[in-house]
Amino acid sequence: MKRLSGFYLLAIAVAALPFIFPDNYFVTVVGVSAGLHAILAVSLNLLMGYAGQISLGHAAFFGMGAYTSAILTTRYGWNPWPTILVGAAFTGVVAYLVARPILKLKGHYLAMATLGLGIIVHIVIVQMGWLTGGPDGLGSIPSLSIFGWEVDSDERWYIVIGTLLMLVVWLALNIIDSRSGRALRGLHGSEVAAEMMGIDTAATKTGVFVLAALIASVAGSIFAHQQAFVSPDSFSFFFSIELVTMVVLGGMASTYGAVLGAIILTFLPELLVVFEDYEVMIFGGILMGMMIFLPQGLFIGLQELLRKLTRPKKTPATPVAEKKESSHGAA
Amino acid sequence: MFDQILQFLLTGITVGSTYALVGLGFAIIYNASDVVNFSQGEFVMIGGMSAVALSAGDTGLPLWAAAIGAVLITMLVGMALQRFAIAPARGASVVTTIIITIGASIFLRGVALLVWGKDLFALPHFSGEEPIQIGNATILPQSLWVMGGAAALVMGAQYFFNHTTLGKAILACSCNKTAAHLVGINVGIMLLVAYGMSAALGAMAGILVAPITFSSYDTGVMLGLKGFSAAILGGMGNPMGAVAGGLLLGLIESLSAGLISSGYKDAIGFIILLLVLFFRPSGLFGKASVDRV
Repeated sequence: MKRLSGFYLLAIAVAALPFIFPDNYFVTVVGVSAGLHAILAVSLNLLMGYAGQISLGHAAFFGMGAYTSAILTTRYGWNPWPTILVGAAFTGVVAYLVARPILKLKGHYLAMATLGLGIIVHIVIVQMGWLTGGPDGLGSIPSLSIFGWEVDSDERWYIVIGTLLMLVVWLALNIIDSRSGRALRGLHGSEVAAEMMGIDTAATKTGVFVLAALIASVAGSIFAHQQAFVSPDSFSFFFSIELVTMVVLGGMASTYGAVLGAIILTFLPELLVVFEDYEVMIFGGILMGMMIFLPQGLFIGLQELLRKLTRPKKTPATPVAEKKESSHGAA
Repeated sequence: MFDQILQFLLTGITVGSTYALVGLGFAIIYNASDVVNFSQGEFVMIGGMSAVALSAGDTGLPLWAAAIGAVLITMLVGMALQRFAIAPARGASVVTTIIITIGASIFLRGVALLVWGKDLFALPHFSGEEPIQIGNATILPQSLWVMGGAAALVMGAQYFFNHTTLGKAILACSCNKTAAHLVGINVGIMLLVAYGMSAALGAMAGILVAPITFSSYDTGVMLGLKGFSAAILGGMGNPMGAVAGGLLLGLIESLSAGLISSGYKDAIGFIILLLVLFFRPSGLFGKASVDRV
């Protein structure tokens, strides 16, 4: 009960929001994209935060799922549900094939390789116009229907995506506390040490890479059906970098941190619109400022702040973890 | 066919020279401070845009003065980045510093958007626009400026790091900060110099190509990416490797655009980059990484 108390709190918040703010643009419209971003950030955090493998190409898997669903439903008239599975299977296979050679790389080389992978997928989507619609994208993608219950309004999408988010969060929380989760955290600390303990690091890294890709693919399919339109812009390397930013901003190696980072980065541009021409500049400034002053991320930074405020007179709490020179194995 | 290939090679070397300069800037900052600076491309943009702004209009400066002014402005931006964004985050993880530099690049783009808007700007060509005939291929005089300028800057950087006290002091900091501090090197100032130099290189690249490729508030994004690719291809932390990587990348892109498909040229560049990394995980000229256990 205690281990999952944060989960119940989050679930209650997600469920209560539409009742507290009925018909609110920020809950049902922005909230839906925040939910999708949170799903992606949680999946990326499994790879980055826990296993310590940076990926600047996560949007590619999101895009593969979205385009599989979009192409199969609009060009071949499939029912939406099987397309989600086909998309996940396709993405999973691609992720599995590239995982081993890519995850052999470390630090900046890994960052570059995943970045390149993301850009290659984006270019292929733009260039294969006969299949993907090219830069114009694909439209009139059908919506989902659950046993006759048509998911056709913002509120209903909020329910679907909120449920999916809670499922993914629950999955992530359970994985981290499982045997394979400990293996992941072990290889983050030191791959050699993990191998000495009998962990098959290559298989573990491949596994978490494929899992993160699968979750991203399902999120992509859902995104395609919710938007009813996909275009390559949604899956560019900017989006990959945005996802990494969500994870780091919220706090690496914290599932709730990833959710928080996703929510902040989705709402911030919406709120900054009032600054018009200054919007981009202020966004960059806020991003820099938060990372400079809370390098551990908001979630962990705020937790520590809270701890200090509630127990001011005690000796400083023992450091959470000894600071590593570079947590990403950059030699 | 041969003439065509000659043409592609000339274009490739021109483009590659810019990548090489951006890559060199990456390597200098990485060596000095272990930071992968994702706002490197913005230095190129600021250099090009400031030169245009300073030389524009009736009261504008002559081109050479505008170029010097633009380089100085960009150097100030680079040093400010080090002083106000990188230095306060000392001890942060690699990914955190990457996000800080991404934030900085968005910020700088936002400022450029505010100052110059979304328009495209061009500098006048340095010495005429009459193409020069080489065999059956042609080349713009400006391309010669780009190649020559890049070559001179690279050699200058090489000389600076190997033969001047200041250059050697920066290298000493990148080897071991504590030891450098102990022999009386002011590490803080060396870092500032390194960022200033890297910014200056970016700015000069921006000024050299501005007549050919034009300049707008977001030109830095793609160039930064290509510079990063060049630095990785050559082996992160090896300045001459970054230069070679940049030239190679320019040639690959130009040849694949000409011979295979212009739409896929970036994809082909990245595929070759990935293949190189699969077989040489530390880049072409990088030292094999040794993990401390």
